[in-house]
Amino acid sequence: MNFELSSEQKEIKDLAFKFAKNEMLPHAAHYDEKGELPFDILKKAWELGLVNTCIPVEFGGTGFSTLDSILITESLSYGCLGMNTAIMANDLALLPIVIGGNDEQKKRFLTPFTESYKMAAFCLTEPGNGSDAAGIKTTIKDEGDHYLVNGQKMWITNAGFADLFTVYGTYDSGLKHKGISAIVIEKDTPGIEIGKPEKKMGHSCSDTRSVTFKNVKVPKENLLGKLGDGWKIAMKTLDHSRPMVAASAVGGAQCSFDYAAKYSTERNQFGKPLSGHQGIQFMLAEMAMNIEAARLLVYKSAWLLDQGQKNTQLASSAKAFSADIFMKVATDAVQIYGGYGYSREYPVEKLMRDAKLIQIYEGTSQIQRLVIAKEVISTL
Amino acid sequence: MNIFVCVKQVPDTETKVTPNGDGTFIETNSIKWIMNPYDEFAVEQALLLKAAVAGSTVTVVRVGSVQDTEALRTALAMGADEAVLVESEDNLDSYMIAKSLKGGIEKSGKTPDIIFTGKQAIDDDCLQVPQLLAQMLEMPSVSVVVGFEHADGKVTLKREIEGGATEVYEVSAPVLVACNKGLNTPRYASLPGIMKAKRKPLQQLSLGDVGVSADDRRIKYSNFQLPPEKPPGKKFDAMDEGNQASVVAEVVGLLRNEAKVI
Repeated sequence: MNFELSSEQKEIKDLAFKFAKNEMLPHAAHYDEKGELPFDILKKAWELGLVNTCIPVEFGGTGFSTLDSILITESLSYGCLGMNTAIMANDLALLPIVIGGNDEQKKRFLTPFTESYKMAAFCLTEPGNGSDAAGIKTTIKDEGDHYLVNGQKMWITNAGFADLFTVYGTYDSGLKHKGISAIVIEKDTPGIEIGKPEKKMGHSCSDTRSVTFKNVKVPKENLLGKLGDGWKIAMKTLDHSRPMVAASAVGGAQCSFDYAAKYSTERNQFGKPLSGHQGIQFMLAEMAMNIEAARLLVYKSAWLLDQGQKNTQLASSAKAFSADIFMKVATDAVQIYGGYGYSREYPVEKLMRDAKLIQIYEGTSQIQRLVIAKEVISTL
Repeated sequence: MNIFVCVKQVPDTETKVTPNGDGTFIETNSIKWIMNPYDEFAVEQALLLKAAVAGSTVTVVRVGSVQDTEALRTALAMGADEAVLVESEDNLDSYMIAKSLKGGIEKSGKTPDIIFTGKQAIDDDCLQVPQLLAQMLEMPSVSVVVGFEHADGKVTLKREIEGGATEVYEVSAPVLVACNKGLNTPRYASLPGIMKAKRKPLQQLSLGDVGVSADDRRIKYSNFQLPPEKPPGKKFDAMDEGNQASVVAEVVGLLRNEAKVI
């Protein structure tokens, strides 16, 4: 067993971390306050190859392993969870094409993302269906020479600026998850209505909206796989994307910890620094051990996938554990800062708001536990 | 054009430095190494010059230990073409480093038209390797450079001097340019750059290969120590009006007799 990253992986991580610290972190509070996408920063990240890490070499991408890409996600999230959400949402939308698309589709849809900075949106959740993804109401109907898409999608990241939408719908709702299909819709296709930006608790600089498809005619060659392949594609996408989201929680938790630990050595109470009090020491120790445990779980869940092994259970474990400890670590970071922690003048308040979303999107912490339980019980 | 850049690998600026057991150097086991920040300006300027002069190559040279080659890999990932590493301990003195760099440059098989370095390394802050190296190679050098222009074989350099003034030099190649902050904005090594760097040539030499021996040592480190801890300051309570006069007298007395500043 070897816990050492390769020299290449260390360099990748260092570059992403340097970028996060120099280009993202100093501007995170500003864009959080304004609720605006920082296009300059995102474009710069794209220029350095930090965006769309899932695109294979054959189609102009970097061809990174899952472990490589989560090292980038972890580092970028240290800089700003909201900016990372905008970056990660691209992977989430492009992964179904990488997983379920044919070469022609990969060339058509993926390669443009390697030529200039573009955004993509993953459209699964609906107003009435979040955790119960198999109950999708959006329909994809075969009309002979094209597919007709109707339905509404909710909480869609990057929706207002996306060049393409990866949309899940059903061709026969009676078939439940076996009816689900995935299709790529380009932004200029008539019938797409983009909602107003949602006002969110955190990740404020990322763009979140509803998207409505009204009689949208989509060319047949945009369907990923066959009708009914959508569920399989979505599940495989999640095996890859859950470690990514988990990695973002580790990055955010590390950032919260670093702030709180540093502050605890600077702030004096009762004649000594906070870090000299046992009550604070226990909190710092708890934070440090949970972050390291989460990191190891996340790395292993990614490594398993790279070895071609099934990682469903560990991907969910990593996602649930990291999200939950991030929430706890960020809350404790605010606690250590005391009154200052509750103020927007200090950085940990934003981290606490950002942490909450990680327990919700990409499968809630509760859904992850259902997945883990199902995997565990199935082996009995 | 044969462009050379000399880089040093230094401890990350956030490193907590401790002397090693026998005091001959610092503890290097858990240090995270980075490229000397001033050298980043040197690499960037070399890459800008390469882009401006067709057919140029950038060779980056480093003297130091081989365990971690962060600085060279970063330079290659930023866009340098090849690298020369002269393997040695990390605690050579300036003279040995300059002589080793000279040897490394010569062994590369290319005659330098221009050499870029940082103006100083942020670890030992000796500020003399660029001048020593230029002297050994019998070429002019200009240090603390904040402006660089190259046209018709002539190099125009702006150099910062004390008081905020600037000196302007016109030099003909070959020349050594020691770079300062403000000269340019160093690029990041991109991810494709990092992948490409793996396949770029790296020539590895020993001190013997470049004609440097223990006899070249001018300075031997013998007793690294941390600076003494600062004693805590004195506090005076003058909030109470009754004791203000006596506190003032006490403070004035201490400033005069102990601190000897008035």
